[in-house]
Amino acid sequence: MSDALSLADRARTGDVRARARLITLIERDDPERLGALSALRASARGSAHVVGITGPPGAGKSTLTDKIVSELRSRGRTVAVVAIDPSSPFTGGALLGDRIRMNRHATDEGVFIRSLATRGHLGGLSRATGETVRLLDALGYDDVIIETVGVGQSEVDIVRLADTVVLVSVPGLGDDIQAIKAGVMEIGDVFCVNKADRDGAERVVREIRSMLETAVMNGAATRFSELFAALADRKQAAREPENADARAHFSQGAAHHIAADGHGSLELPPVVATVAETGQGVRELVDHIKAHEAGLEATGLLAKQRRANLAWELGTEAAGRLVGLLEHEERREEVAALADAVLARCMDFHDAVAGVERSLAEAIRSKGS
Amino acid sequence: MERKIRVLVAKPGLDGHDRGAKVIARALRDAGMEVVYTGLRQTPEQIVAAALQEDVDVIAMSILSGAHNHLFPRVMDILRERNVQDILVIGGGVIPDDDIPALKAAGIAGVFTPGTPTSATIDFIKNNLKRSV
Repeated sequence: MSDALSLADRARTGDVRARARLITLIERDDPERLGALSALRASARGSAHVVGITGPPGAGKSTLTDKIVSELRSRGRTVAVVAIDPSSPFTGGALLGDRIRMNRHATDEGVFIRSLATRGHLGGLSRATGETVRLLDALGYDDVIIETVGVGQSEVDIVRLADTVVLVSVPGLGDDIQAIKAGVMEIGDVFCVNKADRDGAERVVREIRSMLETAVMNGAATRFSELFAALADRKQAAREPENADARAHFSQGAAHHIAADGHGSLELPPVVATVAETGQGVRELVDHIKAHEAGLEATGLLAKQRRANLAWELGTEAAGRLVGLLEHEERREEVAALADAVLARCMDFHDAVAGVERSLAEAIRSKGS
Repeated sequence: MERKIRVLVAKPGLDGHDRGAKVIARALRDAGMEVVYTGLRQTPEQIVAAALQEDVDVIAMSILSGAHNHLFPRVMDILRERNVQDILVIGGGVIPDDDIPALKAAGIAGVFTPGTPTSATIDFIKNNLKRSV
């Protein structure tokens, strides 16, 4: 048996070291992993529910993740956690501290936790996250939780990997204009206001609801607007007597998702107040996370979302490889020469870009031959 | 291929003094390593489980309670039970000189007592890894 196949086999049969080793190989972009990943059929997503936990630094994401893991375990589900923390842009080192809140699960065989450093990748995740999540999915974990780095306003890559995104806010971060800004606030499927025992928590809940109401009234295209439209269609179809099939597909979970936090006649995503430290509100939060997945599944949006996301990942990966090609010495010299020409005002900027493109096309041709 | 030395910094036992652990975690980070910090009051079982899931090259333990003669060898025992031979294990803290030979015999490759410059620990790790990073 080749090394790759033996690694795949050991990982499949529950060998923690083999699983951990495969993730290391993914992080290193080591070609040695490819045979094993292929044997494990880890290229496409499987049956795991992938949940993203994102929010600003200090919002309590790790503590919340720890409690969500406990809740999912009590429901008999196995859980993998991928926790991401930033690397230093100067030394390349990283202090990965998310485990501090979660390590009590380390000896539970139904839980696998892995910390990843961003290694220079922007967007709130590490480059290895997508492949790592697909591996853990293929290995059969029922739920895969991705905890992003503490995000600011534009680290939104989590929507490309997670089926359900939980956006965690806390009281005391700023005035309500923060909730209007585009970016991070738009990506939630389920909203959570953590540290709800602190002053100002109710106000944050109100502000988020009001932001969501406005988004719905303005007809803004968000993650949840598409789901709500699809759910409404389902409901309509289910009412027509001849359409018993659609009615059968309209799951209870999906109905719950609409009703739970419906504010007046508007349908809004749920906003859940939690105190992660004590576990307060966590069961309700997990109910909403699961209801969201049920809604996606009932409407067929789950498959659609995964297809769009995989296409995005393919494009991003290919773009990364192109950038890699530019780093070859020969190419670097060509690009530097183009830069000289632009600086000397002998060439327009966009003509120089076209020159870089030609150089890349040449590199791809010679790579193929 | 991007290669990084990964280190688990752990505090076994019941003492709540993690200043030393944090100083070393920070120093290793600044030396370009990826440091997984597991926090206080970890059992040897939890430390080994975390080290395996994180696929670390090094386990660095800090202890100030005096329980090192029990807890450090216990970690080595569990590693042996699980047939793990390629993780470098080091320890630090308030450890009497007389205890060090027995700890080394148990498999703790390096023991660092108060006053050791962090650069000594960093060099020790770089020179004694049990697998190529």
